[in-house]
Amino acid sequence: MNKTWNNKAWWMVLPVVLLVAFSAVIPLMTVVNYSVQDTFGNNQFFWAGLQWFEEIVNSERFHDALARQFLFSGLILFIEIPLGIFIAMNMPTKGLAISVCLVLMSLPLLIPWNVVGTIWQIFGRVDIGLLGATAAKLGIDYNYTRDIGDAWFTVVIMDVWHWTSLVALLCYAGLQSIPQAYYQAARIDGASQWAIFRYIQLPKMRGVLLIAVLLRFMDSFMIYTEPFVVTGGGPGNATTFLSIDLVKMAIGQFDLGPAAAFSLVYFLIILLLSWVFYTVMTNLDKQGQ
Amino acid sequence: MNTTVTLPHSPTLAPKRSRLTRQGIVMTVYLIFLMLPIYWLLNMSLKTNEEILSTFSLWPQNFTLANYKTIFTDPSWYGGYINSITYVVMNTVISITVALPAAYAFSRYRFLGDTHLFFWLLTNRMAPPAVFALPFFQLYSSVGLFDTHIGVALAHCLFNVPLAVWILEGFMSSVPKEIDETAYIDGYSFGRFFTRIFMPLIASGIGVTAFFCFMFSWVELLLARTLTSVAAKPIAATMTRTVSASGMDWGVLAAAGILTIIPGALVIWFVRNYIAKGFALGRV
Repeated sequence: MNKTWNNKAWWMVLPVVLLVAFSAVIPLMTVVNYSVQDTFGNNQFFWAGLQWFEEIVNSERFHDALARQFLFSGLILFIEIPLGIFIAMNMPTKGLAISVCLVLMSLPLLIPWNVVGTIWQIFGRVDIGLLGATAAKLGIDYNYTRDIGDAWFTVVIMDVWHWTSLVALLCYAGLQSIPQAYYQAARIDGASQWAIFRYIQLPKMRGVLLIAVLLRFMDSFMIYTEPFVVTGGGPGNATTFLSIDLVKMAIGQFDLGPAAAFSLVYFLIILLLSWVFYTVMTNLDKQGQ
Repeated sequence: MNTTVTLPHSPTLAPKRSRLTRQGIVMTVYLIFLMLPIYWLLNMSLKTNEEILSTFSLWPQNFTLANYKTIFTDPSWYGGYINSITYVVMNTVISITVALPAAYAFSRYRFLGDTHLFFWLLTNRMAPPAVFALPFFQLYSSVGLFDTHIGVALAHCLFNVPLAVWILEGFMSSVPKEIDETAYIDGYSFGRFFTRIFMPLIASGIGVTAFFCFMFSWVELLLARTLTSVAAKPIAATMTRTVSASGMDWGVLAAAGILTIIPGALVIWFVRNYIAKGFALGRV
């Protein structure tokens, strides 16, 4: 669309800018303030320069949490994106079944995150949970509070349960926008199922898939509540992701300086990645026009 | 137009019946996978604690509603629901009110720094709430917003306003600009055009946006819990109370969990026809 140049449009954006400034910029400045200071209590602060940043960037604790975070987000994308596409392609095509599927699929998305954690905490328990008890009856040694592998399995399957529907619904929306004529043309050409998927459906889903990857990557990168409720970051530190570690440091130990530096590094990583995604996405939009 | 690849009389595609059965099997398996944990929670909420801990059964042997009764008769329990719904509704109203004009500006005009501003807004959606928890606590305590509904609603604007702008901009861009111009030629003022003509045109978009604001505010807990203590405590935080001296009160915990699912289920039912497009943020 041809947009007209009009600087008065700033007046329409102003309320948003003010509101977000209040709820984002001021708190962020507080974080910056803490990150360069040291305190010995009593609200006395001393200039500490970049000391905290050096400490965090070089600390093993941060490296480990970051590595776990990348592994987790990678696993999530690797499982949820293909599974979501697969589910979307198998959505029913007519009648009441569509509504039923849509409603049931959206249900996990609207459950408060700590309730999601509670559901899986209960579900996986060996004594009272369906999953844990079934595994025990089958002779599988499954215990997410003691075994690292089981803890990871539980946290990942929980996220797949929670969010795959989002990917599926996005892809479904993309598939819906493909005109029937495309399929008819493919049929005349005698295209195989795979060719239809590869050359018609996948390109048409490109835009929504990018949104899906963006949302899933970002949200899994800042996941906190669900794994915290289920494993509490354990066993040991096996499922301590960045947010969990940060909250531990900031509110548990009240190490304001290091925690603030941690926050900023964490935020910068996310910022960098979202900038990459955003650039790719707007370029795609331009190509599409 | 609701078929994807299933075409009638198509000789080259797989036979229709086998496709339909495969679809049926895939969807059934997936939906069972989604529903099982929820069913287990429902199952537990209808049992007594003794039964939960002593016998393992797929359905309640001694059916009881006592757990739900506990919640509905104790003000500190049902108060949690009222608090949650209050700040969620406040947040939805605030987000949409400020996002509407901004989304219109982004979809219709170019102005100084517009792309940078849009990206900056989006980064706030990407900001981990954990980064903001502590500064929010200090800021809101100092201005007297701590433990108020409006305080939580404002904090949730951090991620809901950018999202609302993003979705609404998508929907507004699909309305041709000629409509605006025709209305102005017909002598409509901006305010009248916006409320009488434009908003009805993007009504489904506003509905979808409201749904998303509701959803993300309803499910968020880290900020809501950090910013409240008693007066505005959300239901999800109240649930941690079930750990008592005599151990976990599993039945009540499960019942509270089931009750947090219900508002979401109701909202989904109302917007079910727009869900798919809405999740694509109006960009299909």
